Amino acid sequence: MSDHKKKLLKVENLGVRFPLKNKSIIGKKSYLYAVDDISFEINRGETLAIVGESGSGKTTAALATARLVQAYTGKITLENINLQEIQKEELRQVRTKVQFIFQDPYSSLNPRLRAEEIVKEPLNSLTNFSSSKKQKLVNELFKAVGLRPEQQRLFPHQFSGGQRQRIGVARALSTQPDLIICDEPVSALDVAVQAQILNLLRELQTKFGLAYLFISHDLGVVQHMCDQVAVMYMGKIVEYADRLSLFNNPLHPYTSALLSAIPSIDQTRREKTERILIPGDPPDPINPPIGCRFANRCPVAKEICYQKEPQLNEIKNGHKVACHLVDKKANSPLESLK
Amino acid sequence: MSLNEDEIIKARHPVAEAAEMFFKNYAAIAALVVLSFIILMAIFGPTLYPVDPFDMVWMPFSPPGEEGFIFGTDYLGRDLLAAIIHGSRVSIIIGLSAAFMTVFIGVTIGAMAGFYRGWVEELLMRITEFFQVLPTLLFAMVIVALFGATLPMITIAIGVVSWPGVARITRSEFLRIRELEYVTASRASGASNFMLMFRIILPNALPPIIVQAALMVGSAILFEAGLSFLGLTDPNVVSWGQVIGSNRSYLLDAGYTVTIPGAAIFITVLCISLVGDGLNDALNPKLRQR
Amino acid sequence: MSEPLLNVKNLRIELTTRDGVTPVIDDFSFSLSHGEAISFVGESGCGKSMTALGIMGLLPEGVGRIASGSITLSGEELTKASDKRLRNIRGNEISMIFQEPMTSLNPVYTIGEQIAEVLRAHQGLSRTAAWAKAIELLDAVRIPNPHARISDYPFQLSGGQRQRVMIAIALACEPKILIADEPTTALDVTVQAQIFDLLNDLRKQTGTAIILITHDMGAVAEMAERMIVMYAGRKAEEGPVQQVIDNAQHPYTRGLISCVPHIPETLTNERQTLKEIPGIVPSLRDFGKDRCLFASRCDNVSEKCRIKRPPETDYLNSQRVACWHTESL
Repeated sequence: MSDHKKKLLKVENLGVRFPLKNKSIIGKKSYLYAVDDISFEINRGETLAIVGESGSGKTTAALATARLVQAYTGKITLENINLQEIQKEELRQVRTKVQFIFQDPYSSLNPRLRAEEIVKEPLNSLTNFSSSKKQKLVNELFKAVGLRPEQQRLFPHQFSGGQRQRIGVARALSTQPDLIICDEPVSALDVAVQAQILNLLRELQTKFGLAYLFISHDLGVVQHMCDQVAVMYMGKIVEYADRLSLFNNPLHPYTSALLSAIPSIDQTRREKTERILIPGDPPDPINPPIGCRFANRCPVAKEICYQKEPQLNEIKNGHKVACHLVDKKANSPLESLK
Repeated sequence: MSLNEDEIIKARHPVAEAAEMFFKNYAAIAALVVLSFIILMAIFGPTLYPVDPFDMVWMPFSPPGEEGFIFGTDYLGRDLLAAIIHGSRVSIIIGLSAAFMTVFIGVTIGAMAGFYRGWVEELLMRITEFFQVLPTLLFAMVIVALFGATLPMITIAIGVVSWPGVARITRSEFLRIRELEYVTASRASGASNFMLMFRIILPNALPPIIVQAALMVGSAILFEAGLSFLGLTDPNVVSWGQVIGSNRSYLLDAGYTVTIPGAAIFITVLCISLVGDGLNDALNPKLRQR
Repeated sequence: MSEPLLNVKNLRIELTTRDGVTPVIDDFSFSLSHGEAISFVGESGCGKSMTALGIMGLLPEGVGRIASGSITLSGEELTKASDKRLRNIRGNEISMIFQEPMTSLNPVYTIGEQIAEVLRAHQGLSRTAAWAKAIELLDAVRIPNPHARISDYPFQLSGGQRQRVMIAIALACEPKILIADEPTTALDVTVQAQIFDLLNDLRKQTGTAIILITHDMGAVAEMAERMIVMYAGRKAEEGPVQQVIDNAQHPYTRGLISCVPHIPETLTNERQTLKEIPGIVPSLRDFGKDRCLFASRCDNVSEKCRIKRPPETDYLNSQRVACWHTESL
């Protein structure tokens, strides 16, 4: 709608697969399709959240977008650069623009390096800045993430989980990126610390005009941080909408189930929300079913769901859903249950 | 343990912390002291006690303590103390250089096997397994027999059969560390494969490798003793195993000619093992600490 | 109501660390009635897991010990019980399930064998009887097709299924108390909902009391009737769940509630301000001191808080708070 929303990242038909060891020497190679034909966009200064449970492929999608894992098909465009086609020197340039924050504050920092060295690492590999310029940047970054300058010389094991995550954030900011991919950045932290890091991320976003690709399984956190949301299930995006549309009017049965599963301290919400319990477990990812991948657990699945895979279609105003049973008036198929 | 906001703890380098742990281990420190003595003996011994171990200086089988010969003489009347002193040189040189070679080959192959997947890993692992199943003593004997029994050749023979153990340990550490997030983080920061392998992963993989390297010195000494016991030794140098070997027929009559060099080997290897153990304790818990 | 099932009075658990002896649990008291569901809430390091281990007699050898206080189970004093008696109680009268179902189950035995073992050890059942009961238990925890799956190994099950097996093992001997230490933290949220549902149903059927240990206030609201908020080894607040949530008196409790993003009934463009609790939890070295341990992070702090530990006072009906600034009754 607004013209000053510039598109920063566009991902089209991304697919990531991992080869499986064959049982026999001859015969077709079989693959695990962790990410299967997904597409999304992120505007400058905005946050797209990818939500999903374990096995949904959301982390793989994030790694593939940063080219830390090789996608076998699809196109990733950052501004006007096709990320799939560039190599070496150009790729190094791009790495300054796309940085990563990892989930586990305990294993994402090299235990043998001091905090300042960890934050400097991207600068050392990707830029030709002078020592003094790098040190100045590190000083500013430490301040920006709420750490004290005396802590620069300490080693990771001397910090708490939340402080380590701040170091991770500082490291990601060091090359002044346009996009930061955050892979479950607060899941491993205590709740009070989570709030600190989330507030920090939002503050930095406003200050530096950062765009985030925010991966999470926690819908509460997602609702707080994002502008757009994509819900993934077994490698596919099943619903894609802006924040208000998704949370106020979820269309895909899986999204509704996710929302209803969240334990809530709000008594009225607990009493009013019908908990949709989806039974069982996701089907075998190595042999995905022919039709909709959610069909075997869906409370309203019909015959067509088992036979034909639904496409991600736009229902209204940018709200896309992959479900045969969403009617034209954009009513959730779960309405039929009530 | 979390950092209290009001405190500023001084930064401790991991090496300093490991050293502190090590020096709490009394057995390891005692062993280190004995080893230093042995090394000093190797360096300065021949100068301070300038007796040629090949010289027949007295009657054969003079018992220890008599006629001014602290360790007595062997079956040819050669001074056993001189043999022990000169032998320490050989043991230490071969121990260190064979260990160095073993670690160099083992770490390189193990690192590449553990870092790259696919055919590189398969190929390197097959090679490692090949060398691992070789009967070590026989193979060393073959090398020495073919290429001559000189100190360098013996070192190479020992190195060639010993590296698989180090390669396995290295590979297993690389497999573990490769999956940790800070390696991915370094890749996201632009590090090349070479940097990842040797500047980022290897320093973190060092503890078990260091321990293995220390123990390797001991086992190289034992190996060399075994080879020279069998006669596969450089005839121009005296080594402890060689003394045992040449005097072995006289074990019952003049047992000291065998037990004294035997004790030297035993003490040296024991001390190396204790130091290795101390290193193990000092290096491992720290790394697993959160 | 008659005497409580579990009564803990002035419990003090000490840990021996490199820095000396510290009280990881410091004068802690609570009671649990038959069939009641309570929750210990707090962040990591507050001592909630230690309390559970202390009750079970599972404190790490040589490192942790119960220094003083009493733990009575149906009148029997557990702190004085022999090892044999404690072994008898574990799994039989008090059971515990843990956070990581991956590592809590033995990978080399089938799940049937692991359930049966507990039945044979505590109830002396024969092989056949134990196996049959195990199948019944798998059915009770809603594992589909229990006759076939009983011979599966843990690696053949998903995380949620493994947690159910843990629950089956824990409830096999119909214990009076089930302690669940972060049972769903490692699970997906849809699976978490299934597990909560299961635990609630089982509690209604068997009358087992539940102690839920968690850091998730939402989980507390779903599962517990009463909550105890812990901080640095002490009780900060206690009371009926919804009452405490709606009207928290201790600044830490308020902080815990307001720092988590909650999904409102209807979203608007406005976003909740996440109220941070500044600073971090105190290190073990600071436990046990005679002052309020939350003082350095509290926005309502006064001089008194820094020099004397606040006692527990009654607030409204059955709500208790340990804070100098609560208006007491």
